[in-house]
Amino acid sequence: MNYINEFRNRDMVKGFAERIRRLTEDRSEPVTFMEVCGTHTMAICQFGIRSLLPPRVRLISGPGCPVCVTPNGYLDRAVACSRLPDVIIATFGDMMRVPGSSTSLMEERARGADIRIVYSPLDAVGLAAKNPGKRVIFLGVGFETTAPTIAGSILAAAAQGLDNYFVLAAHKTMPKPMEVLAADPELRIDGFICPAHVSAIIGAEAYRFLADEYRIPCVVTGFEPVDIMQGVEMLTRQVLEGKSLVEIQYSRVVKWEGNKKAREILSQVFTSCDADWRGIGTIPGSGLEIGAAYASFDAARAIPVEVEELREHAGCLCGEILKGKVAPGDCPLFGTTCTPEAPVGACMVSSEGTCAAAYKYGR
Amino acid sequence: MCVGVPMQVVSIDNNGSAITEMDGVRREASLMLLSDEVKVGDFVIVHAGFAISRLDEEDARETLALMREVFSVEDMA
Ligand code: SF4
Repeated sequence: MNYINEFRNRDMVKGFAERIRRLTEDRSEPVTFMEVCGTHTMAICQFGIRSLLPPRVRLISGPGCPVCVTPNGYLDRAVACSRLPDVIIATFGDMMRVPGSSTSLMEERARGADIRIVYSPLDAVGLAAKNPGKRVIFLGVGFETTAPTIAGSILAAAAQGLDNYFVLAAHKTMPKPMEVLAADPELRIDGFICPAHVSAIIGAEAYRFLADEYRIPCVVTGFEPVDIMQGVEMLTRQVLEGKSLVEIQYSRVVKWEGNKKAREILSQVFTSCDADWRGIGTIPGSGLEIGAAYASFDAARAIPVEVEELREHAGCLCGEILKGKVAPGDCPLFGTTCTPEAPVGACMVSSEGTCAAAYKYGR
Repeated sequence: MCVGVPMQVVSIDNNGSAITEMDGVRREASLMLLSDEVKVGDFVIVHAGFAISRLDEEDARETLALMREVFSVEDMA
């Protein structure tokens, strides 16, 4: 398995850095590339990629952290569900400390709510099978990588005849927000570092319209340092040559057509809907809701609750951060009032959040 | 949260579930989302308890070989 370590090879990383430096030597204008995947955000901070690039090449982070883009209202509903009798909330760990309007799941658990962290949505189905007297609600958050696994869990629950497994779904899909950001004249994005594992599902073809209609180079890039440096080099080349193509750097995993089977399972359970993105607002057709055939598994329909009034966190710039318009260091709360131990906004909570990554690895 | 990790398949049971391993860590992974045949020894990307994609080992080696070739002819000052 040593070939995976090879994608961290320092000499190769340096080699790419040198090539990118040479390529952009004569360029007066800066080039700006955006990554829209939380794992890229983390990797870029962790491996110090920005410090390896010439100052003319800027990397900015977009709305790539699914927890971060989930608006407060969703969390408030999850909290309201957790206060119902006979309910077990099952969730990925990242959601626990995200502050809702007035409280977080972590605080609710301390007050006695039954909230379990699971690794797989199938574990939540297992919980439902083991606790027939309870209603198990799984918090379905995530992009196209995660949504098929949630769809799979609903199919598994249906196959087992379970009537006490529910999903509170807030899934989002990626290419649409990229379109919104591509069209934003303030941002002037020169290229997208396209998400790796989202693309494993949707396929690189999904970005074609960004390259064709918006003339923005797109490179589907892996997560290792060598992957990221090569991805940036490919984008830089396209910019210099005046091209806008879709390219796959991460060809060992991502194919043009993506994963058809996963998409079939996804569309068996989910249908497209409008979705609210923290910071960006409502984007038509950028979300997934549980379709009519599986409506009985939809917590939003099957389990009515009263949700508290929505409140945003004063002073938090998460919304602007998620659009790549400001960096964590621009937020006056960063590192003072807002730290991973006592987060004010979602971007500081999730390990993939832009603020959390910047805090952990230094700007 | 979207983290997907490459893992190697060590066994497959009849229910479409595999045991996968990386660096001594073992994880169960459902094969429900994969259409291509997965064999013991293959690498897959595992996310939230599901194999979501195969990792093409040959492709990985080719990519690396190509990079090495490019850098060997360049002056890597
Ligand atoms: S540092 Fe904290 S308060 Fe500021 S934008 Fe980030 S999450 Fe929000």
